[in-house]
Amino acid sequence: MQPAGRTSETTGASGEKAAAQAQRRQGMLLASPGALYLLIFFVAPLALISVYSFATRTSTGRTSLSGWNVESYRAIGDDIIVGIVGRSAWLATLTTALCLAVGYPFAYYLATRPRHVRAILLVLVMIPFWTNGLVRVFAIRFLLGSNGPASALSESLGFGTFRILFTPTAVTIGMVYSFLTLMVLPLYVALERMDWSLTEAARDLYASGSKAFWKVTLPLTKSGIVAGSVLVFVPSFGSYVVPDILGGAKTLLIGSYIARQFRDARNWPLGAALSVLLIAAMLIAVALNQRSGSGAEGGDRPRGRRRRRARDEPEPVTAAV
Amino acid sequence: MSSMTRTSATRRHARGRNRRARLILLGGIVGIASLLAAACGDDEADEPAAAPETTQAPATAEEPAEEAAPAEESAPAEESAPAEEAAPAGPAAHCAAGETDGDLTFYNWAEYIDDELLAAFEAETGINVEYSTYESNEEMLTKVESGAAIYDLVVPSDYMVDTMRRDDLLLELNFDAIPNAANIGPEFANPPFDPEHKYSVAYQWGTTGIGMSYEVLELLGGESTWAVIFDPATAALVPGSISMLDDAPETVSAALKYLGYSIEDVINNRNEDAVREAGELLRATNDRLLKYDSVTFGDDLVNGEVDVAHGWSGGFFLSFFEADAYEDYVYTIPAEGGVRWVDNMAIPHNADNICSAHAMINFLTDAENGATLTNWTYYGSPNAASTPYILDEILEDPGIYPPPEVNARLELIPHAGDMALLIQDMHSQAKS
Repeated sequence: MQPAGRTSETTGASGEKAAAQAQRRQGMLLASPGALYLLIFFVAPLALISVYSFATRTSTGRTSLSGWNVESYRAIGDDIIVGIVGRSAWLATLTTALCLAVGYPFAYYLATRPRHVRAILLVLVMIPFWTNGLVRVFAIRFLLGSNGPASALSESLGFGTFRILFTPTAVTIGMVYSFLTLMVLPLYVALERMDWSLTEAARDLYASGSKAFWKVTLPLTKSGIVAGSVLVFVPSFGSYVVPDILGGAKTLLIGSYIARQFRDARNWPLGAALSVLLIAAMLIAVALNQRSGSGAEGGDRPRGRRRRRARDEPEPVTAAV
Repeated sequence: MSSMTRTSATRRHARGRNRRARLILLGGIVGIASLLAAACGDDEADEPAAAPETTQAPATAEEPAEEAAPAEESAPAEESAPAEEAAPAGPAAHCAAGETDGDLTFYNWAEYIDDELLAAFEAETGINVEYSTYESNEEMLTKVESGAAIYDLVVPSDYMVDTMRRDDLLLELNFDAIPNAANIGPEFANPPFDPEHKYSVAYQWGTTGIGMSYEVLELLGGESTWAVIFDPATAALVPGSISMLDDAPETVSAALKYLGYSIEDVINNRNEDAVREAGELLRATNDRLLKYDSVTFGDDLVNGEVDVAHGWSGGFFLSFFEADAYEDYVYTIPAEGGVRWVDNMAIPHNADNICSAHAMINFLTDAENGATLTNWTYYGSPNAASTPYILDEILEDPGIYPPPEVNARLELIPHAGDMALLIQDMHSQAKS
């Protein structure tokens, strides 16, 4: 897509235009299976959910599509739901913050290892991620259970039985564990791509180690921080399995509440309205990510140019400089 | 001039590349991020080359949406049509007793049948039984209603029979094909949830109460009471933790019983204040609970994870049996009374193999087979003819066959209509 735009801008020759068009057509052809898939399994369900959110629940719990109304959206203002959304947002924020606190030093360590060590470490990071999430959550449940190893250790040290399972603490631990990889990987990518000579330059100019980190490394990896935070925040906000299994279903979060609307309460319109809300929140988060992401690219620009020079002929770059 | 355009083109190119590189990397690795990637993909569609794609997108997008929406709309129409046809004509199916018309898809509660019974049915009829299970009435209802899967036989509880029958989701049974239905005891022959007894045949019945150790029962003075959950002072006597079912009608009903209400009165008279009062009680109880669990409550009790568990009778018996813990643990029906429920065999409106379903109902209402069912599940049998074949230990267990005075204090949860939402809300509100 982009080369096509550039060619027409720079030359404008009609032959090249035709070639560009052919290339464009080819691009569309390549993109169409993915686009079709997204249309069927993302856009269409989303449209259905939106439609249902304006429907009415009958007294037997069936969804009637005859009387359209915004009652379900009005219900979002109810104390119960406001409380649930607030709690979910708080837990998601906490999870994100903890993931960042744990993930950043870890990603930093990863990125500063020699290349061959890095590859091994990266695989080690990926292995738990490739393991079924449910299995991992049940493993944690066993670990934290009152007759699990954590409890046995605490008992043998004389601290008594370890009562943490089915508390919000257990939910937080489980969420951080489940989503940590989503934070580490973007951070790792950002740190790995970073031009370390800039930190060296900062040190050469008598910046202290911490100052170089705060003034150079951290701003340069901002895109990774934002991407990682969005990737952790969004799923933890709607998380459903972890709070139910590790929280003993005692703290109701928005994901479980929505599932409840579709299942037990049989209030599809409310469930749909809340889903729309959740998706809207997610899209806003992504939009913010894109925005700050492109803002942060400023720091990456020299790299982009260098990479371009390697691929293309050098003249445009010299012209640009 | 030209250098400026180039710079901006270069910058945009670099930005696009960077962004895409990042997204490809993340998107490739991260399963959950696929939705994000989709959103970003849409974002990038702003760029000129993708413009034709975006104009095309809404056109194709509407197509499946429109196709799907009327399909959903027409579903109820299709459902009601055969039901209306059937209504004057009586039972929809004309099957002979024992006649089969293809493999049976049987959708039943989890851990609710002895596999050998299914094998015996297969051997007797020569058809296969595709057996799958659910863990709540609502789960089953959603599947039947959406038509996502076709089942020939389901086992809804009392209030769910009422809901499904009102929504024309059940086929009228042909009792000519179920001669064994005569075995069903008189107290199950005219259920309030199926007034003319046209849609359902009782499968098993049981109660909702409290499981505990004999030790705890002694601490309570030998009499079980809902106070062990709802009254702080009584609950404090319990050394360990307490769990409740994760089921709104059950938790609200338990609270209503503790507060001295009749569940049937409250729901049939739409007494919302009483339900709210029960909700407040549940909210005050939440912090005292270890967890809500509708699946492992029995195992949690025998494993020592909890000391007092609110749950279904049969769930406890199964756990006591498996852990060989009958000596130490007991299922009790609280003095205030509790919930009684009846699960029923019924045929969904869209069933394929109606005769096979009738054959299975007839098979399971056979005197001996009905007893086999109860001897495995440890739930009460509605089958009066089965009694001679049921194990004595089951017949003599007051937790399964309660004495008449306890029986009198048990109630069915009626179909709640609009109040179902309030009941759900009270359960949700408690969990804060």
